[in-house]
Amino acid sequence: MFEWLLSDQMVGNMLYVNSLLLMGGIYALMCLGLNVQWGFTGLFNAGIAGFAAVGAYTYAILTTFASGMHIGGYELPIWVGMLAAMITSGIIALAIGAICIRLRADYLAIATIGIAEIIKLILKNETAITNGPRGVAKIPRSWEHLGDARVAEKLPWRLFGEPSAYEGFFREWYPLLFMLTVVGFVLLVYLALEIARTSPWGRVMTAIRENEAAARAAGKNVTRLRIESFVVGAVIIGLAGAFYAQQLRFIEPTNAFDPTKLTFLVWVMLIMGGSGNNRGAVLGGLMLWVIWSGTELVIRFGANVVGDIFPDLSPSVLVTKASFLRLFLIGLILQFVLQRFPKGILPEVRPAALGGKTNEVRD
Amino acid sequence: MWDAFGFEFINFYLIPGLVLGCIYALGAIGITLTFGILRFANFAHGEVMMSSAYLTYTFMALAAGLGFSVVPLVAAIPAAVLTIGIALVIDRFFYRPFRKSETIIIVMASFGMMLMVRALVPVIWGPNQITFVRGITPMKPYLDGMLLVQDKQWLIVMGTIVVMTVFSLIMNYTRIGKAMRAVSDSPDLARVTGINVETVIRATWIIGGFCAAVAGVFLAMNTQQLSVTMGFRMLLPMFAAAILGGIGRPVGAIVGGMVIGLAEELIAYPWQGAVMQVVWWFSEVINATGMTEWAKAVHKEVRSTPLLSPGYKAGVAFGIMVIMLIVRPAGLFKGRVF
Repeated sequence: MFEWLLSDQMVGNMLYVNSLLLMGGIYALMCLGLNVQWGFTGLFNAGIAGFAAVGAYTYAILTTFASGMHIGGYELPIWVGMLAAMITSGIIALAIGAICIRLRADYLAIATIGIAEIIKLILKNETAITNGPRGVAKIPRSWEHLGDARVAEKLPWRLFGEPSAYEGFFREWYPLLFMLTVVGFVLLVYLALEIARTSPWGRVMTAIRENEAAARAAGKNVTRLRIESFVVGAVIIGLAGAFYAQQLRFIEPTNAFDPTKLTFLVWVMLIMGGSGNNRGAVLGGLMLWVIWSGTELVIRFGANVVGDIFPDLSPSVLVTKASFLRLFLIGLILQFVLQRFPKGILPEVRPAALGGKTNEVRD
Repeated sequence: MWDAFGFEFINFYLIPGLVLGCIYALGAIGITLTFGILRFANFAHGEVMMSSAYLTYTFMALAAGLGFSVVPLVAAIPAAVLTIGIALVIDRFFYRPFRKSETIIIVMASFGMMLMVRALVPVIWGPNQITFVRGITPMKPYLDGMLLVQDKQWLIVMGTIVVMTVFSLIMNYTRIGKAMRAVSDSPDLARVTGINVETVIRATWIIGGFCAAVAGVFLAMNTQQLSVTMGFRMLLPMFAAAILGGIGRPVGAIVGGMVIGLAEELIAYPWQGAVMQVVWWFSEVINATGMTEWAKAVHKEVRSTPLLSPGYKAGVAFGIMVIMLIVRPAGLFKGRVF
C-alpha cells in the first residue's frame, strides 16, 4: 500500500526536502542569533561567518578522531563539542563587545568584519591546529556517528544490544533524526528567545535600541546589557556553526565560511523575515534558503540550456556567473526591502505592557 | 656595514611599505570624508576602488583592440570618470532614500552594496584573476646598485603626492572644500549659514570617488592583477587608517594610511636578526668574546625569521585599529567619535 513511498524517486525527493529543512534550520538558528543582536538591541554584526567558523572549528577539533593532520583526537561526545562551540563563540563576542560596544554601531560593524577576517587568517595560518586551507574532515554528525562502531564501543550503555545490531539503523535513518534535532533546537531557541523578548531583559533591549539616552537615564547599565545581548547572539551563532560543521562534514576556512554565503545571506534572511520578530527570523531563514537552493537547480538547468544553444560558452563558467548574478539579485532584494518594507514580512510586535506592575526591572 | 642589511631593508620592506601606504591613504580619504560628512561607515568603498581597476583594464583592452597600447594611467582617466559616476548613482538610488533615517540603515545599505558590486564584477569580467600588466617590472638600480626601485613604485608615490596636493588645495582654498569641512564639523550650523548640503554630498562622492579610483588603479598596478576580493581586502586597512588618523580628518587619513601600509610591510622584517646584529657589533666593540659567540649563534638562527609571519600581514591593520579604539577612539588628529 505504501510501496510508492519507498520508490527511489520518492526517497530522493524526501531526502531533498530533508536537507532543505536541515540547512534551512541551521540558517534559521543563525537568524535567531542575529535577531538578538540586531533585532532586539540594534547591534550590527558584520562577522557572522567568523563566529560560525569559530563554533564549527571548536566542535570539529574536539569531536573528530585523531587524523595526524591537525591537533585533535579528543573524541569528545557531540554535546560537549557543541557546548564548547557556543562558549568559544561567546568569548570572542565578549572581547569584541568590551572593546567597541560603547562606540556607535558603525564601529562594531567594522570591528566584527575585522574579527571575521582575523579568524579566517588564524584558521588558514595555524596549520598545526587547523590543518590550514586543507581543512578538517570526517566531522562526526549527530546520530550518524552512532552508526560508527568506534563511537558505539565507547558508549557507557549498550543502547540496543551490541553495536552491530543498530549500526545499520543509524546509518540509514540519521538524516531524518539529524534534521529533527536541528529543527528541535530551532524550536527550543525560538521559545527561549520569545521568553527573553517579553521578559524585562528583552524590554530593556528594545529601550536601548530605540532611545539609548532614555534607557541610560532610567538607570540601566547600557554597556553591560548590550554586551550581554551581543554575547547571547554569538552563542546561538556558534551553536549554528557546530551544526553547520556537522552537516558539511568537511570544513576549510575559505569556501565553507564565505561571508557572502553566511554573513550576507543571514542578514537578508533576517531583514526579509522581519527583524525584531523571532518568528520572522525563522521564517526568513527557511524561506530564503528554499529560494536559494531552488534557484541552484534553475541555474544548473538554465546553464545547460544556454550551453546547448551557444556551444562555445562553457556551462561551468555560466553556472559560476549565474550564481554571482543570483547573489547580486539577492542584494537587490535587500535594498528593495530596506527601502520599501523595512519591517519585513512579519513586523516586530511589542509585548503588552506588564499589567500595572511597577517592579524594578533591572539594575 | 649598511649594505649588509640596510639596503635590503629599504628595498624590500621600506619602499613597498611606502607604496602600500600611498594606496591606503588615497582610499582612506574617501572613507573619512563619507564618515565625516555623511556620517556613516561606507562598506562599499573598497568595491568602488575595485570597479575603477576593472574599468581601467577594460579601457586598456579596448584601446588594444583599436590597435594602440596605452599605459594604465591613461586608461585610468575615463575609468575614474565612470567610477565617480558609479559612486554618484549608488548614492542617488541606494543611500539618498535614507538621508533622514538612522545612519545604521545606510551602513546596512552600503554593506549590501558591497556584496552587490562584488557579485556583479565576476558576472561581467569572469570569476578568475586577471593579469593587469604583464611581465615583471625590473628593479632599477640607483646609488651604485644599492637602492633598487621599480618604475611603478615611483609612479605610485609621485601620483599620490600630486593627487594629495590637489586635494589639500581644494579642501583649503575653494568654496566647496571649505563647505565640506564646515558640514563635517557641524551639519546644522552649515545649513544655517546657507550651505547646500546636497551639493556638498555630491562633491564628497566626486572627490572620494576620484581618490578611490586612483587608489584602485595604483593597487592593481602594484600587485599587477585584478581579483574579485581586491576591494574587500582593502577595506579593513582603510578603515583602520581612517580611525587611526581620526574620523573626518583627511590629514589623519593620509598619515594613518602611511602608518598602516608601513606597519604591514615592516612587521615581516626579521627584526630579531637586526637586534642580534647590533648586539654582535657592540660585543666586538667592547671585546666581549663570549658575548660575540653567543650573538653570532643566535643571529645565524633568527637572521631570516620574520617578526610576524607574512600570512598575518592583513591582521596588522586590525590590531592597530583595536588598540586605537581602546586607547584613543578620536584618533591621532582628534577626529570625531560617534
